[in-house]
Amino acid sequence: MSQSPEPGTLLRFTAAERWTHRTLGILMGVLLITAAMLYLPGASAVIGNRPLMRNAHVISGFLLPIPIIVACFFWAFRQDLRRLNRFSPNDWKWLRSGKNRGGNTPVGKFNAGQKLNSAFVLGSIIVLLVTGLVMYFNRFFPDDIRTGATFVHDWLGLLVAIVTAGHIWMAYGDATARKGMRTGSVPVEWAEQEHGEWANEVRS
Amino acid sequence: MCSYRWVTEQGPTPRVAQGAPVGRRIVLGMVGLGALGIIFGRTASQAVNSTVATAAPGLSGVLPGTGGFRIYTVTNGYPDYNAEKYRLTVTGLVSTPLSLSLADLGDLPQTGMTKDFQCVTGWRVDDVPWSGVLLSDVLTAAGADPSAGALRFISFDGAYTESLTMEQGLRPDILVATTMFGKPLTLEHGAPVRLYVAPMYGYKSLKWLSGIEVVTTVVPGYWEERGYSVDAWVGSSNGMTDEPIA
Repeated sequence: MSQSPEPGTLLRFTAAERWTHRTLGILMGVLLITAAMLYLPGASAVIGNRPLMRNAHVISGFLLPIPIIVACFFWAFRQDLRRLNRFSPNDWKWLRSGKNRGGNTPVGKFNAGQKLNSAFVLGSIIVLLVTGLVMYFNRFFPDDIRTGATFVHDWLGLLVAIVTAGHIWMAYGDATARKGMRTGSVPVEWAEQEHGEWANEVRS
Repeated sequence: MCSYRWVTEQGPTPRVAQGAPVGRRIVLGMVGLGALGIIFGRTASQAVNSTVATAAPGLSGVLPGTGGFRIYTVTNGYPDYNAEKYRLTVTGLVSTPLSLSLADLGDLPQTGMTKDFQCVTGWRVDDVPWSGVLLSDVLTAAGADPSAGALRFISFDGAYTESLTMEQGLRPDILVATTMFGKPLTLEHGAPVRLYVAPMYGYKSLKWLSGIEVVTTVVPGYWEERGYSVDAWVGSSNGMTDEPIA
């Protein structure tokens, strides 16, 4: 443990990680809201100014990879990417343990749900960016590629909206986890309860 | 994934690089699926649209692309209108300037056609049933000068305008449309009256139509001032190669 924050707490996220999360969150929010405005006839009527919505959507979309690329220059973020990538045997057990998840299966810094979420979000960003580029530079692509890209962008966008709502819902239910992302540190007891292996690892 | 060693903070050495790289597999799998989706998406989207349309028509307005149409407006929100007070004016180089109520439009000869709607941004809705009055019938009723050069269309949203040459306007596949899918137009589709220019890209099919002016020369419309082709034939304008609408 290099930076010990206050006694009784563990450093969970560095400032760089918190800012990465914050920036991605804001961009994703703008993207989802403008997407709804561009798509749903009901929501289109609220603001309706399509050129404005479109520009906000396109600009936010092009900006989205930047915080991730910048974050890759930080050791802590790269380390967490490695953790998110790997599934330990306990992760599979945790996934299957249903409602008794909390505590019974000690997991590392990230539980399997967080790992799946992050992989899905990264995959989605790549695919949405590529299909978005095809839609934006549509005159360089044949008709069926354009239609295919639109199809993928539409449906994956809907899935991302659902998964993001789930992500916010889970965060809404755990004030300590939110505090960890807001301030960077979490109480040791919370870490022992929710991320037992990680708590052991940090203290050893 | 990222391997820059030179910008670093120190931290715990993790025992984390163990277990299967599930995250990487998911990301790569999604990229693969995305590529397949781009290649086969056209077929898939048609299958999905027709399945949703038959199995759960109520979902069409919520699920992406299943209604087929995307709604574009150039002003804030949808323009409102009063069905009693609505008038379509036909002015300019005509022998009888007209101010048609919805009832007056209903008294003119009605024409229906089932044709595709192709947007310049790539999407197309197959076999849309339209009905209303042929533009050429409206022009005849007003005694429009057939040697006048052009037509100008005005939307009551206050911003949207369009144009056609007189020769184009007399074609038998251009409607002053009042219904779509057998029902009166809805607000987002241009209620109560819109243009449907079958052979051209969707932006020519001006919504919320309130005025037709017979003029001498073509005045480029809203989208044309923003770089789109004035003669917007599907498949041979705007640098596109879509299948023409017959």
